[in-house]
Amino acid sequence: MGSLRLVTIALLLVGSSALAQTYGVGRATTQEELSRLDISIGPTGEELPLGRGTAKEGAVLFRQKGCVGCHGAAGAGGGPAPALQSKESPEVPIWERERILPLRAPFATTVWDFIHRAMPLGNEGTLKPDEVYSLTAYLLFLNKVIKEDEVLDKQSLPKVKMPIGNDYARLPVWKHGTPRLQGYPY
Amino acid sequence: MDSKRTNRRELLKGGAALAGGLAALGQTPASAQEHDHSTMAIGGAPNDYPMILGSKEEIEYGHRSKYVTSVRIPHPVGRDSPDEFGKVMHVASPLQDSVGVVTPSSLHYVATTRGSYMPDVDPKKHTLTIHGSVDRALTFTMDDLKRLPSVTRLQFIECAGNRHNGRQKNVQESHGMTSCAEWTGVLLSTLLKECGLKGTATWFVAEGAEEVKGASSMPIAKAMDDCVIAYGMNGEAIRPQNGFPLRLCVPGFEGIFNTKYLRRIKVTDRYYMNYNDYGHLDRDPTEAALAFQIGPKSVITKPSGGMQLSGRGYYEISGLAWSGGGAIRTVEVSTDGGKKWNRAEIKATPQRMAHTRFGYMWNWDGNETEILSRCTDEIGQQQPTREQVAKYWNVPFDRNYRVPGLDNSVMPWRVARDGSVTNGLA
Repeated sequence: MGSLRLVTIALLLVGSSALAQTYGVGRATTQEELSRLDISIGPTGEELPLGRGTAKEGAVLFRQKGCVGCHGAAGAGGGPAPALQSKESPEVPIWERERILPLRAPFATTVWDFIHRAMPLGNEGTLKPDEVYSLTAYLLFLNKVIKEDEVLDKQSLPKVKMPIGNDYARLPVWKHGTPRLQGYPY
Repeated sequence: MDSKRTNRRELLKGGAALAGGLAALGQTPASAQEHDHSTMAIGGAPNDYPMILGSKEEIEYGHRSKYVTSVRIPHPVGRDSPDEFGKVMHVASPLQDSVGVVTPSSLHYVATTRGSYMPDVDPKKHTLTIHGSVDRALTFTMDDLKRLPSVTRLQFIECAGNRHNGRQKNVQESHGMTSCAEWTGVLLSTLLKECGLKGTATWFVAEGAEEVKGASSMPIAKAMDDCVIAYGMNGEAIRPQNGFPLRLCVPGFEGIFNTKYLRRIKVTDRYYMNYNDYGHLDRDPTEAALAFQIGPKSVITKPSGGMQLSGRGYYEISGLAWSGGGAIRTVEVSTDGGKKWNRAEIKATPQRMAHTRFGYMWNWDGNETEILSRCTDEIGQQQPTREQVAKYWNVPFDRNYRVPGLDNSVMPWRVARDGSVTNGLA
């Protein structure tokens, strides 16, 4: 922070206004902290850790980790948590099928991200990267998105073609003082 | 006076003496007071009411009157809340009893979904980290945040599930998933300037510290406009149910964006498609747009469903109006089922994205009728009737027609000849 302050002062002296508004409060986040804290996995998958997994390994984990208790055997549902396996055929248009994360998500990275941050119940955040890759592969396999022997890793996961493709609405550009929908008076 | 004070102090010395004193103040048999005025220790006039004991609790944090019993209820009606995991909790605020615009923190609506329950955050350990498409990632302690310039603003927060239908009995069931509090904190723009935004910064992801670490993508334009990193709510620290110790307030956006237990903000170059974002996905671009910024909305809270008018004559019709588009400009009330609309009185200067209290003096003639309210916000958006929405989308209309996106349609209350008030959609 000391050197940062000096830089700020130096820039102030040469008349920079962009940094003039800062207060120098807060400390620099360390790389170690960032690698621990940054659990967001965006669509490019750039944050994904090393590791690998397949649906076969995931099927074992799905029982071992207690997923069955809430999501049902092979994610068929029936328990207190949502079903994770579609009952509809892949021929049915995606928007007419169930709203199931490993089916409806536009990116497989969302599935990986959510399992990693939020599962399993009561032990959130304890799964190792290989286990998350395996469980993601298993859920995608259950929904006929990938084949059973397909290996998911940092490179292959972001490339998985999800059934929804581009068939979903993007949010409009938000601007201050604009209606929520252009042309809609209400 | 001096000797009287001494006597009172002596009386108050011991707990037993205190109890005895209170008995003398209010609970002495009426006969003693009537016939023996000369021996009363304090005063000659009997008190109207018994006294509340000045207990430690009463001194330290206080209680409301035992006669005030207004409470939150599970939402929607019929669903267990908390659920069987003790995790999903949706509770609705008792709007029928509300006055003014501030919802007491203890009555603020709560919605936790997708497994979120309350973390017991130690504010001394809690930090907020901002990183991603910034010149320098920074971590702020709670003390750091309180060093920075603060803002205090009223802001409503409304759940996307705040829809009304004919099955609901009262305004708590139909509209109770909205609340308004006074939030205090630091502008997110202040923190982002500390970090320095890169040119690629177009979105940001806000993440909470609860067990699912709920995260949502929002446009960086909103972050720079009016988002507040709040540590205060209604003059004290935010309560755990509302996001202690830190909550992202996103004025006018659907409730879920107002991230509780805020621990991290990642500035990004794209929509990040978090689980919460995926939950917002829609096929139709119009529906997607309608599920982001909350539209103009109002409701009459009194008289409303379940209430009883005592007879013909004057009643103040009172209600709340709010909009995600800015401040409320006008509110109109109809007392004849929507044929004639009358300008309502707005009770204080309307604030942007805040509940606004309105009133209209109504002289009820004793006939059956319907009372309704509608509002217009500062950018000209007007709250629609359900019929108007159906007409706009060119779809058949019936009383249980589902409004696309967040439901901001007009709510009718039916007044019967006997003075009973019921849901006009039923």
